[in-house]
Amino acid sequence: QNDGYRTLSLSGHVGFSSLPDQLVKKSIKQGFSFNILCIGETGSGKSTLINSLFNTNFDDPVSTHFLPSVQLRAQTYELQESNVLLKLTVVNTVGFGDQINKEDSCQPVVDYIDAQFEAYLQEELKIKRSLFSYHDTRIHACLYFILPTGHSLKSLDLLTMKSLDSKVNIIPIISKADSISKTELQKFKNKIMSEFDSNGIQIYQFPTDDESVSGINVLMNEHLPFAVVGSTEDVKIGNTMVRARRYPWGTVQVENENHCDFVKLREMLIRTNMEDLREQTHARHYELYRRCRLEEMGFRDIGPENKPVSLQEAYEAKRQEFYLEMQRKEEEMRQQFMQRVKEKEAILKEAEQQVQTKFDRRMLMHQEVKLKLEREKKVLEDEIAMFMQKKANADLLQSQASVSTPLVSLKRDKDRK
Amino acid sequence: PHAGPVESKNEAAMSELVPEPRQKPVVPMKPVGINANLLGYIGIDTIIEQMRKKTMKTGFDFNIMVVGQSGLGKSTLVNTLFKSQVSRKSSGWNREEKIPKTVEIKAIGHVIEEGGVKMKLTVIDTPGFGDQINNENCWEPIEKYINEQYEKFLKEEVNIARKKRIPDTRVHCCLYFISPTGHSLRPLDLEFMKHLSKVVNIIPVIAKADTMTLEEKIEFKQRVRKELEVNGIEFYPQKEFDEDLEDKTENDKIRQESMPFAVVGSDKEYQVNGKRVLGRKTPWGIIEVENLTHCEFALLRDFVIRTHLQDLKEVTHNIHYETYRAKRLNDNGGLPPMTVETEENHESNL
Repeated sequence: QNDGYRTLSLSGHVGFSSLPDQLVKKSIKQGFSFNILCIGETGSGKSTLINSLFNTNFDDPVSTHFLPSVQLRAQTYELQESNVLLKLTVVNTVGFGDQINKEDSCQPVVDYIDAQFEAYLQEELKIKRSLFSYHDTRIHACLYFILPTGHSLKSLDLLTMKSLDSKVNIIPIISKADSISKTELQKFKNKIMSEFDSNGIQIYQFPTDDESVSGINVLMNEHLPFAVVGSTEDVKIGNTMVRARRYPWGTVQVENENHCDFVKLREMLIRTNMEDLREQTHARHYELYRRCRLEEMGFRDIGPENKPVSLQEAYEAKRQEFYLEMQRKEEEMRQQFMQRVKEKEAILKEAEQQVQTKFDRRMLMHQEVKLKLEREKKVLEDEIAMFMQKKANADLLQSQASVSTPLVSLKRDKDRK
Repeated sequence: PHAGPVESKNEAAMSELVPEPRQKPVVPMKPVGINANLLGYIGIDTIIEQMRKKTMKTGFDFNIMVVGQSGLGKSTLVNTLFKSQVSRKSSGWNREEKIPKTVEIKAIGHVIEEGGVKMKLTVIDTPGFGDQINNENCWEPIEKYINEQYEKFLKEEVNIARKKRIPDTRVHCCLYFISPTGHSLRPLDLEFMKHLSKVVNIIPVIAKADTMTLEEKIEFKQRVRKELEVNGIEFYPQKEFDEDLEDKTENDKIRQESMPFAVVGSDKEYQVNGKRVLGRKTPWGIIEVENLTHCEFALLRDFVIRTHLQDLKEVTHNIHYETYRAKRLNDNGGLPPMTVETEENHESNL
């Protein structure tokens, strides 16, 4: 384990045993985030349970059953206890299991979880990044609410959990457990666990490798899935006010371990394993997502000859690839552009031609008409000239006739005589 | 106009090049400001215990480098700091061994445990620094070594299938030993610190402080501080990384009064006033290493180990390493190709 490092013994107190304290002090300053995703049908008791778990009223609006598709609603709260500041984000599925056709029900949930991983990955891949001040929105725990039918898991449950078990820590819980009797409950729990097994669904197991917590964790693992009851009402039992649900036949106390597993859930989720949930999300689920995504993007650790590819080579190769691609696209675009320009030019030219032809034709017509008119004008002018001539002749004749007319009358008179 | 269709084709082409990031969800990035009033104890504060347990299980790495001319007591000081033989001392050297012709980098690793906390301590020695006649650029092998460790880490981080815990060989702290001349800093000191303060946390210490009287010490420290300031050398704790007022006041005090620490090292014990203390015996008295009136060793130890150890690592990781990474990924090819030194450089203490 020590990689060939020799162990030395100290001859006195050095003081680095304060190191965990230094680390913790820094973490407290930065604050913690914890993100819970609640998946369950409308009215399965999600908001009530969260209110009970965190002992406060988060004021979630009640939703209807008539939403066309599954949506996710997230809200972030700042909780403080002693000097620990927790940024708690609760994500609820809205409209889950309400649709008539539930084929697409689990896709929005998967997409949401992936989106958080993607956001973190994008930050991690940035050149100038600030991971230590990044608000981690990745889902650390997924509470899956199973309705206490007493029979078995619904097919929607199986499908959803199967698609989520490699992406998030699934903690299945039986909600509204006060509607199921103790014997039925144990049978139901066993049935559920065996269905997980037979369907290969991996739910979150409380870690058993650390001696200090393995004892309690092993015990708790046997009680899975937890059957819980939540309540927003406080009832006076004895001298104290406790969260409870009041029925005519008795009162179900949320924090009574005989009544339900709520205390176990709180213990496991918050007081014992919160840090482990966060670590598993980062070290296992996120790494898996990252690996798949990088491979999708074309990055490889091992080159074609099975030799490890160095970072520089990988980036260089990718860069080269993208550069060539870009050049190709540029060329393509340029060609297309030229093509379009040519086409447009041709169209314009043709239009121009047409206009020109029209113009020429009109000119021609104009010429013809002009010629015609001139000819006609000439004709008319000739006629006028002829007429003038005739007129002149006629005038001349008339003046001659008036001189010769007396002779004519004398002659007549002579004849008479 | 034909500008339209060309533009959208451009966009389509670009999205094929860059893998489209998936849709961002409807998560409000800032908290909704609901400081929910807790009506009872939940147990959120147990996360501190959970975290502490986890870190104790995984253990810590710490890599400290010592730089200074030979004979300034580097090895002794490191041994005194960690109360064990982490460094082979010069007295253990074969006296016939020559001073190396160039600066060598020798990294020796040990595992030490205290109070349930396991630490993998690596001491990086730099024999030959400043010992030649011509010491031009003698900081280059050191800078190269530091960058190589960043490179190693970066390579691991960038892998697709990553190790659960990336081994951290990056230099978290560099103790620079100033010769107690009593005058001022030497040009070599200034040059080294100018170059290296940009890539690593430098803590200047005045070595063999038992050669100065109290007044000489105070004056020398003031002069050194002034010179460092005038030359724009940001030693650890750097002003720009103070996170809040609390940090600033604490660090200001250290920067303006205590640093550089004037230290004396020793691994021999003597009897003083009925107690066994680490010290140096001289004809005129015993210099007690851990006595604050004699020298500032205890201040240095508390500073480096008991209060700022984690911070040294964090500044290295969040700032120096990130700077290296950004530069490396940006001008990919601007830096000379790295030949990563393998485990051959890590001498295990056989």
